This record gives sequence, C-alpha cells and structure tokens, in this order.
Amino acid sequence: MKILVCISHVPDTTSKINFSEGDTKFDTAGVQFVINPNDEFGLTRAMWFKEKQGATVDVVNVGGTETEPTLRKALAIGADTAIRVNTPATDGVYVAKQIAKVAKDGDYDLIIAGRESIDYNGGMVPGMVAGLIGANFVNTCIGLEVEGNEATAVREIDGGKETLKASLPLVVGAQKGIVQESDLKIPNMRGIMQARKKPLNVVEPVEAGTHSEAVKFEKPQPKGDIKLVDADNLDELVNLLHNEAKVI
Amino acid sequence: MSVLVYTESEEGKFKKTAFEVASYAKGVAEMLGTEVTAVSFNAQSAGDLGKYGVSKVLKVNNEKLQKFNAKAYADAIKQAAEKEGSKVIILSQSANAKYLAPLLAVQLEAGYASNVVALPEGTEPLQVKRTAFTNKAFNFTKLSTDVKIIGLSKNAFGLKESQTETSEEDFSPSLAEGDFNVNVVSVDKAADKVTIADAEIVVSGGRGMKGPENWGMLEELAETLGAATACSKPVSDMGWRPHSEHVGQTGKPVAANLYIAVGISGAIQHLAGVSASKTKVVINNDPDAPFFKAADYGVVGDAFEIVPKLTEKLKEFKASNS
Repeated sequence: MKILVCISHVPDTTSKINFSEGDTKFDTAGVQFVINPNDEFGLTRAMWFKEKQGATVDVVNVGGTETEPTLRKALAIGADTAIRVNTPATDGVYVAKQIAKVAKDGDYDLIIAGRESIDYNGGMVPGMVAGLIGANFVNTCIGLEVEGNEATAVREIDGGKETLKASLPLVVGAQKGIVQESDLKIPNMRGIMQARKKPLNVVEPVEAGTHSEAVKFEKPQPKGDIKLVDADNLDELVNLLHNEAKVI
Repeated sequence: MSVLVYTESEEGKFKKTAFEVASYAKGVAEMLGTEVTAVSFNAQSAGDLGKYGVSKVLKVNNEKLQKFNAKAYADAIKQAAEKEGSKVIILSQSANAKYLAPLLAVQLEAGYASNVVALPEGTEPLQVKRTAFTNKAFNFTKLSTDVKIIGLSKNAFGLKESQTETSEEDFSPSLAEGDFNVNVVSVDKAADKVTIADAEIVVSGGRGMKGPENWGMLEELAETLGAATACSKPVSDMGWRPHSEHVGQTGKPVAANLYIAVGISGAIQHLAGVSASKTKVVINNDPDAPFFKAADYGVVGDAFEIVPKLTEKLKEFKASNS
C-alpha cells in the first residue's frame, strides 16, 4: 500500500498570534512551527500501516523552503520520502490542486490529511483532494483499518461516531482519535540522523487559480474584567447568569 | 438566483442550526435583493422554515438518502443550486456539513469560506469575517468565484424571525451509482445525551476534578441545566473521559451560550477552543489560574463544595421559574 500524508507547517499550539503590515500578514517573529497536529495524528497512523502492513509512506507539503525542517521532522518520525511543492500555500483549493497532482503522479492508495490546519482552519483540503482525483473520502476520521482494497473507517459525528466502508483509493481527514495522543512519536537521534539522508524532492507547482484571499486579520476584543462571586453566595451567580448574562 | 441554504434535519425534524442558517441566508438574500430557497432531505414539511425567511423549500425524499452520505448529498445540493441558479450557498458547520462542503465546492468550482461569523461585509466582491488560528483571531476572506459557499459557525448569527410565505416543491436529483461508494455500516450515538455540537450550555471539567469517579457532580450540574459535558485535554489524554468530550485547539471548538469550566486552569489551547462561547464561568481553587482572565464570572474555591451547591441553587431557580 502506498500512503501519502499531507503535512501543513503551522504555528505551535502555544503560539501567541500577532499580525504585521497593517494586520494583513501573520507575524512569524518568534513563532515555532510544527507539523499540524491533525496531520501528525494521521502520520502516526500511517507509521502503523508501515510497521504492520509494509506500507510505504511519503509526505507532501505545499510551501517554501522554510517548511523543510517540518518535512524533515516527518521523515525523522519515519516517513520514507518527502515532497515539497515549491510554492506558497495561497488558499485551500490551490493547495488541494497541488496535492491532487502529486497524488495522481504517485498513484497512492491512501491519502491522509488533517481534517483542518490549526492556522487557517479552512477544513477543505482533504475533501477537495478527494473530489479532484475522484477518490472516496471520509472526514473527521477517528479510526482506520485497511484490508486488501477495502478500508473501514470510523468517523466522528455530532454526538457519536459511525463506521464506514469504502474501497481504495481513499482520502481521509484525520484528527485525534485515529491514534491516541500517547501514540505520537518523538523522533529519536537515529531517526533524526536517518532523516538527513532521506530524499526530500522539490517539485514545481502546477498552474492553478485561487478562489479566495485572506485580505486582513483582526484580534478578538480584549475581555472585560471578570466578576468574582463569593463561594458562599452562589445565589448571586445564578442571579447574574439569569438577569445579566441572560443565559439561563 | 436565490440564495440556497442546506437545512439539516434529523428523523424528519429540522435541527435548530437549520433555522440559524436560514436566518443568515435571509440576511444575505436581502443584501443581494433576492430570496431564500432551502434544500431539505427527507423532512416531512417546510416546518418553521418560513418563520426564518425561507420562500421556497426543495424537498428531496429518497430512501437512499435516509442516512447521511456526503457525496450524494453534495451531488443533490449541487443540482439544486444549478436548478435555482444560486450563486451563494449557505450551510452550517455541523460535522456533516463540514464533510460535504469541500466536495460541493469542487463540483461547483465554488470558493468556500468556513467558520464564518457574520453577514458579508460586502457582496461585490463577497467578503466574510471568519475565525482563524482556532479562534485566536479573525480573518477577512474575499471569495472571487462565480458561485460561493459560506459555512456559518454555530451560534454566531442566532435566530432572526422573518415570517415569509413558503412554497414547497418536490425535488428529485439524479444520483449516480458513484455517489454511494462510501457506506455507513453502523452508527453509535447516544440518543438521550445532549451533544457538545448542539448544546446551548456546556459543563466542562479539568484535572482539578482529581479523577473520573468525581464526574457525577458535573453530570448532575449538566443535567440540571440541560447541558452537555466536556473536558480539558489532560483529562481526555489520561482516559478519564472520552476523546469526543475534549474541547480545545486539537479537540472540539465550543460555541455555547454558557460555558462552565470546573477545575480547568485555562491553557492557551483550551481558551482558544472555547473563546467563541458567549458567557464563561470559571470555578477553580487557584485564583491565579489563567482562566480567570478569560471568563466573565468566577468563583474561587473548592469545586467539590461549590458544584453540588450550585446545582442545588439552580434546581431551586428552575423550580421557581417554571
């Protein structure tokens, strides 16, 4: 089985988010970049398929040279080959078209991408890749098994989960649950050394348009002061929730 | 040219989010000088859609669509959009709507903006405000395509009544065999539990609860309020509660009217995940917990004493207000 895992290069979850150039650009100063957590859950599941079922695992990122350390980390975790499509990740459909090209050229059986990146939260790349290459698609995937040409996937739904069957090729939008947090691998020194020698192929983008443009950003309004209620005066809290906040 | 809205139903009845997306669609239609058409699947009638501004309902009744199927639903909505000549399509951000939206976008070559929180700032070009960086910021996105899809965040717009005469029309999209290549074999859903996605109120517990055996008091508080229960990341990582209850940056976002955090210190990732909630209450014995800076109301003290007392007070309140 040939697996392609899509890797987004995103600010670490602890990052404070700031903008520059009149709130039109994300300010990367002092920001640590990591593998998008939803992608990392998917990559870790792909490693399981590699170990247990002899799958090969390639990773792909659409971005400039600055994303290469993130791809190297994916190689250190155990991916075989990395592919970087040498172009800025302009919008969801543009990225999806680049990945669709890589997916087609590589004739992958299984394509795993995080259900969304934690920066732009577009939540569209996995579904669009599936639509573009005509593969089956399961989103918010929290369990995945493959036997022969048949996949069994568990999808998180509002208030529960459902089990789906689909044949390969399949695209899944991964999230926590496809593996557990404790399954995530911190690359060891051997992995890091090996990753340096593994291929990181740079390919040029295909011609593709965009559908959207992020024109500016805004930070949420700072919160007003908290009202503290004495632990012995919970009637006051009920009163505030009813009469002031009007939520009960 | 009407604005098309996908109105979700369950067992024939429209969900509350259906009325919220309809209200929003009405707002967009007014900006564009047009009307709202809804597309529904196996819903019995137009129900209350007219109350929220829907002029026409395209009713799809099809045995094969009893269970949600992203590709088939996307195909049907695409055909509805083409029939109506709709240039703007509105849907919710339920798990199902988020599943089908990118498939629909590819089929219609439409631009898609997810997590939208307000009416468009303008229609030429169409520009919307959406959350980004998992609620740590907002982002204004311009859609440049002919057809546009807007995914409206839950609880961002609310219900707006706009009584409208509604016509109903049966609509039978032609579905291809390829629409049914992904098939549901089983569904596991607690029928009697309020889900985080649908909840108006969420009661959430953190490490301060000391262990899974202490969740009974949170469940009782939640039951009193008709709320869903949730938890912080460490709690789900330690297996005290299922992952489906984990809220935060890598878990679920919560956009409730009221979020009550008990024994949760308030890591930046958690605060981001719940920031779209309207009113936040924190109960914690550590007055320096970061959550106190992000909440509207706070009680400093022992959760094990405060929570049962609060539940009692709320029961009294409910009894005297019913």
